[in-house]
Parts: sequence; structure tokens; C-alpha cells
Amino acid sequence: MAKKKFVVGCFDDEAVLFPAVKKVRTAGFKIHDVYTPFAVHGLDHAMGLRETSLHTAGFIYGITGTSTAISCISWIFTKDWPLNIGGKPHFALPAWIPIIFELTVLFAAVGMVLTFCYLCQLAPFVKKHHFHARATDDLFVMVIECTDKTNVDDLKSFLQNNGAVETDVQIAEDGWWIGSYDKDEMRFENKQIVAA
Amino acid sequence: MHLKYESQLREPLVYGDKTYKQVTEDIVRPIEAKPTKLWYIGFYIAVALLMFGVYSVYREVTYGIGQWNLNKTVGWGWDITNFVWWVGIGHAGTLISAILLLFRQGWRTGVNRAAEAMTIFAVMCAGQFPIFHMGRVWMAFFVLPYPNTRGPLWVNFNSPLLWDVFAISTYFTVSLLFWYSGLLPDFATVRDRAFTKLRKRLYGIASFGWTGSTKHWQRHESLSLVLAGLSTPLVLSVHTIVSFDFATSVIPGWHTTIFPPYFVAGAIFSGFAMVQSLMIIVRKVFNMEDYVTIGHIEAMNKVIVLTGSIVGIAYLTELFMGWYSQNKYEGYTFWYSRANLFSPYGWSYWGMMACNVLSPQIFWFRKMRRNIFVTFFMSVIVNIGMWFERFVIIVTSLYRDYLPSSWSVYYSPSIYEIGFYAGTFGLFFTCFFLFAKYFPVIAVAEIKYVLKTTGEGYKNQMGNIEEQKLEEFVHEHAH
Repeated sequence: MAKKKFVVGCFDDEAVLFPAVKKVRTAGFKIHDVYTPFAVHGLDHAMGLRETSLHTAGFIYGITGTSTAISCISWIFTKDWPLNIGGKPHFALPAWIPIIFELTVLFAAVGMVLTFCYLCQLAPFVKKHHFHARATDDLFVMVIECTDKTNVDDLKSFLQNNGAVETDVQIAEDGWWIGSYDKDEMRFENKQIVAA
Repeated sequence: MHLKYESQLREPLVYGDKTYKQVTEDIVRPIEAKPTKLWYIGFYIAVALLMFGVYSVYREVTYGIGQWNLNKTVGWGWDITNFVWWVGIGHAGTLISAILLLFRQGWRTGVNRAAEAMTIFAVMCAGQFPIFHMGRVWMAFFVLPYPNTRGPLWVNFNSPLLWDVFAISTYFTVSLLFWYSGLLPDFATVRDRAFTKLRKRLYGIASFGWTGSTKHWQRHESLSLVLAGLSTPLVLSVHTIVSFDFATSVIPGWHTTIFPPYFVAGAIFSGFAMVQSLMIIVRKVFNMEDYVTIGHIEAMNKVIVLTGSIVGIAYLTELFMGWYSQNKYEGYTFWYSRANLFSPYGWSYWGMMACNVLSPQIFWFRKMRRNIFVTFFMSVIVNIGMWFERFVIIVTSLYRDYLPSSWSVYYSPSIYEIGFYAGTFGLFFTCFFLFAKYFPVIAVAEIKYVLKTTGEGYKNQMGNIEEQKLEEFVHEHAH
């Protein structure tokens, strides 16, 4: 995989991050991503990201479940082995509603979670480059992709002027690979933790 | 900007002037510290109980259902009572995480993680009972509809017992997915703070390589919202279907149309009581009083008094209908087998009434709702009461059937029935102890998300802004 050069700006408050994102975008830089410790609402809009269609996928999985249940049960009870239960109709739709509902929910939930993992490329043993270890703790990490024309020092000071508490230049691989995290830096090495 | 305004009248959900860093520290610290002596003692007691359960199940599998004291009329006894009881407890977690998410109840963030874990463990315990009640447990896969060489002989899709198979396995799967997708960001937090190689490696695997990318968060939010939307009717459906196991039969005492709402209310009632019991201990042991506040406990007590009263109305409705229907079998079950204190099982009915209907009324008083000791005591009482409820429904309806010659036997459980029940407690607490030690017991990312609107520190700042704005307003409008 090709390595790319990134400028990293860390912010410690989302209230500072929002105007910074806006300024960086109007200045014409390409934001690779912003890594945040929690879901910051509205940040996707500020970055100009498209709405996700995951819920549409969920709906499709759901109706797949519904039709699977209806078709399987009706085939089994009317064609394959019509069972006489107290002389009641073979096509007993009201009695099947619980199972139809459960399969709808099951298909939608399992399908959506798998799609989510696929789209985000999340799986056990997957490793990705981390621009800052505190991005899952208390820092909002903005990563800007450099082109040949980017003046790194200018960009760094631009970020600092807009409230970045820490800036950095990193050459990193984009994407994911199989690996483990135990060779990464240990931020708290030899730290004594007092028992709770 | 998500810094939305929240009234000063509302209590903060996070006490202390916390920063994001402190939130991480406070919640992740128990994972990074060595387990205390108390943890080991609790864990070993749980494992010992589990072993007792394993032995009881071993006896039952080897020698058959005869190891239990079920008899000719009481074909369902402690096992199905325990099954319904555990499933009911398993309702609070998804209710808190799904329904309260849709209702935008901010206080769910403090307790949802532990409640969902409790749900999953409780459903695991519940599942054991019908599976081992089958007797020949190695044939358990017969309940699945698959093309087989016996015809193919399919399962009966019109039977509530099969609906149960689908409902409970779906509920377990969806709850697990919901819980785990919420855990991913928090595992990543633990991974990135880790200072030992093993921890970094294990939490790295568990976190699926989560980075916190904005696009991922956007999809994660969408996923949680849709899963919440799916889980909401799912929660209600599961106990509805469990109640169909009884309500679709023609046994006096079971054959009633109010069972679905009455069972769902009872499930939420007992589930919240179990969350209270566990959270009161967890917040104390892990010093998390700032996150699971007295306000959280009060909110849950309000749910308990509401659902307890719904259950109470249902009991009274049943009694009324037992008389109003003028059906002598219904009347006999409700007015003799249950409500008569001096009938063989009258004690269980009045135990249920005392625990479920009368004692939760104490929570009409704010002082009681905010008293930790009262809450803990009541949470245990409620769960005892809810166990009695299921026992009353099952046993008092069965022990006197239409044929008086089979009335003589008084059903009481054998040591292996009790052992099986104790064993599920062991399973539940073994899982819960492991969870409390190795998982973030509070959703770190979600607490951070609500911190700026409901944290005490931010609330105080908001108070100043509120006063300033008021002054400006008065200044502008007063002449």
C-alpha cells in the first residue's frame, strides 16, 4: 500500500474544532478524516460527508426476513407437509405473525451489523494506523492529506492559529491490514494504577 | 452546534466538574487495576454455585426428568417458573438502551451498558430451563426447522412454544449485537490506554480496529438508532410470546387475554429491580457514584412503582374476572387456589401480593426513592415477588386439575431442581463478575457525549449564561 503524508492537528474541545473544520475546508485543504472520542453531532455535516444509507440497507434486510419467513412457512404448511391441526386452515397467517416478525428483526439486525462492519472495515485482528493514541480518549484529531503543493509548516501554523493544541506531520499507510496493537507506543508504560 | 441548552432544574447526570480525560480515567481504572479480594471471593462463590448447577443438570441429563419432583398435574414447576423469571429480568437492558434511547432519556447513558450485559446473561440463564426440560437434551436441535430425514417432519409453526424458540434466540442475538456494537469504541479506548502488551493485544482484537473516524461514528449512530427501533417492538414481543405459552392454553388461570401486557409490565418491573440491585453494588465498589447518581436510581424507582402498579391492576382484574365470568373453574382457581390464604399454595399468592403490589408503593415518596438502602432492599423484594408471581401462575393453575383423584400430591422441588436454579445464579454472577472486571461497565463514549449538556460543571457554566441572558432580556425590554 502506498504511504501518504498527513498533517495532524489535535483539538481538545469540539467547540474549537467546528470553526476550525470550516476554516480548513474554505482554505481548500482536503480533510482526510477527523477522529473523535465520541459521536460529535453535526461534524459529518461540517465536514461535508454524505448521509449514510445504512438504514436503507437495514430495511432491505428486514423485508428479506419477512419474505423468507412467509415463503418458507407457507410452503412447508401448505405444500410440503400439510398438517391437519384441529381441522384449521393450512394457511394460518395470523398464527405465523410472531415468527415472521422475529425473523424480520433478526435479518435486519444481523444484516445491518455485518454491513456496518464491512463498510467501516471493522473485524477482529484488523489493524489501522492511529494518528494519535488519545483520539479515543479526549482529543479531536483532524487529519489533512498533503499534496505536492502543500506547505506543511504553513498548514501547521494555520491549524495552531485555529486552536489546535498539538500539530504533527505523519507518513502513514491508508486503509487496514492484519496485525495487532501490542507493538504500538504504550502511553502509560510502567504506570502504577491504584486499585479501585 | 450540539451544545444544546438544558434547564438548570434538571439534576446533572454526571457529578463533579469532569473533563473527558477524567471520564475515561474513572471508568477504565477498574479494568487496569488488579482485582480486589472482594472480587475474588464473589467470583469463587459464583463459580461454586455454577458447579452445583452443573452437577444438578448432570443428574437430570443422566437419570431423566424424574430427578425433579414434577408430577402428574404439575408438569411445569420450578424450571418454567425460573425460565419466565430470568427472561423477565432480561427485559430491562434492552428497554433501557432501546426504548429510552428513542424517548431521548439522557439518564440511560449511565446504566445502559451494565443493564444490557445483565440482559444477555439473564437470557442465557433463561434458555437453560426449556432446553434441559426437554429431557433428551441431545435432541434439542429438533426445534429448528431444517430439512430432515424424518419425512421431512417440520416443527409446528402454529405453536407458541416454537414462537418462543424464535423470539428468545432473536432477542439474544439482537441484544448481543446491540451491546457489542456499543462496546467497540470503548474497547478502543481501553486498548489505546493499555500499558501491557497482552491487554493491548486482546482489546485490540476486541475493538475490531476501531479508530473513531467521523464516518464510522455517523454509521454507528445510524446503526444504534435503527437497532433501537427494531429492539423496541422486539422487547415487547418477547414477553408477549412467553405469555402466549400460557394464554393460548385452556387451563383455568392461564387462559386470559390480559397476559401479554401484564407479563411485559412484570418483566420491566423485575428487570429494573435487578438493574437496581447490581448498579447499587457496582457504583459503590468501583466508586462510580458520580456517573450512576441518585437521580438515576430515582428515575428507575419511578419505573418500578409504575410497572408494579400495572401488575397490581392486572392481579385485581384477574380476580374480578374470576368472579364476573361466573365460570366455576376460573372462580375456583382464582378465589380458592390463589386468593384463599389457607389453601395449599395461598401463601405464595399473598407473598406475591405483598412483594409486588403493596411494598413498591413506598416509592411514591421522593425520600424513599432517593434512599439507597430502601432501594436495594426493595429491589430484592421485588425480584422475590416476581418469582412468586410466576410460581403462582404456573403451580396454582396446575396442581388441581379437572380430575380430583390427582389432587393429593403437593408439589415441592427436589434438591436438583433447586440446584439447577442456584446454578443459573452462578452462571449469571460468574458472567457479571467477569464483565465488571474486564469490560467498561459504563458507556464511556456516551457519557462523554452527554457530559457537556448534563455534567455538573457544564451546568454551572450554563447557569451563569442563563442569568446573563436574563439580565440582557430585562435590560432590553424594561423601560
